Amino acid sequence: MGQAQIDTATALAELQETKPAKVTIVVLSGDMDRAMASLIIATGAAAMGMPVTMFFTFWGLNVIRKEGAATSAKDWLRRLFGLLNKGGAGTLPLSRFNFGGIGARMMKRVMKKSHMPGVPELLRMAQDLDVRLIACTTTLGLMGISKDTLIDGVDQLAGVSTYLAEAKDGSVNLFI
Amino acid sequence: MTQSDVKLDTLGYFCPMPIIMTSKKIKELTTGQVLEVWSDDEGIKKDMPAWCQTTGHEMVGLEEEQSNGKAIYKAFVKKTK
Repeated sequence: MGQAQIDTATALAELQETKPAKVTIVVLSGDMDRAMASLIIATGAAAMGMPVTMFFTFWGLNVIRKEGAATSAKDWLRRLFGLLNKGGAGTLPLSRFNFGGIGARMMKRVMKKSHMPGVPELLRMAQDLDVRLIACTTTLGLMGISKDTLIDGVDQLAGVSTYLAEAKDGSVNLFI
Repeated sequence: MTQSDVKLDTLGYFCPMPIIMTSKKIKELTTGQVLEVWSDDEGIKKDMPAWCQTTGHEMVGLEEEQSNGKAIYKAFVKKTK
């Protein structure tokens, strides 16, 4: 019995030794502050040598949309939605105290003064550090976002199975 | 005073920048060399040992200095691989 326990512990240690801890982050939110938190964790983990995959879904897709890209949806409901739901890493609102964009602008000014990278800079950094960016196909369709309006470097379009296949090997799985 | 081979100035930068800059800079060193990272972000005191623990590099020292009433931290990281 005691022998078996030691073996398991050794096996686990060896596994951790050879396999770097994986990180997956689901980004559902398109708020600037939440996007920042997710990207700070992603870049930090990548800097620590951990493979990181970020899945963008629903409002989170706005983080990886090109700024000012027009919607290519056919039906009027989705087109209206695309007009209202603006994307782009630099245009995200704050989750609180946004005041029609004034709050976000003030926050950006403070961040610039204190050398803090904003969402566009963090996103570039994440790509430099080989963080995988995956866009959810279902919500792309639902929200009338076409894949050519996503930023370059989105590694793939995928669904829930891809996420789960990654997450089951992940030691850090976050939903933001 | 711990000796270092290469210096990295991250003064004025907040988390996660010092760690990201460290992970980039360490690639330029050869194994056995020591990188000296300057930071005024207090989080570095915990973050740099944690980064070393995860990446396998060796934390050989941490010094704290006061300059104009502000603390400056100097972390020494030895490249192990």
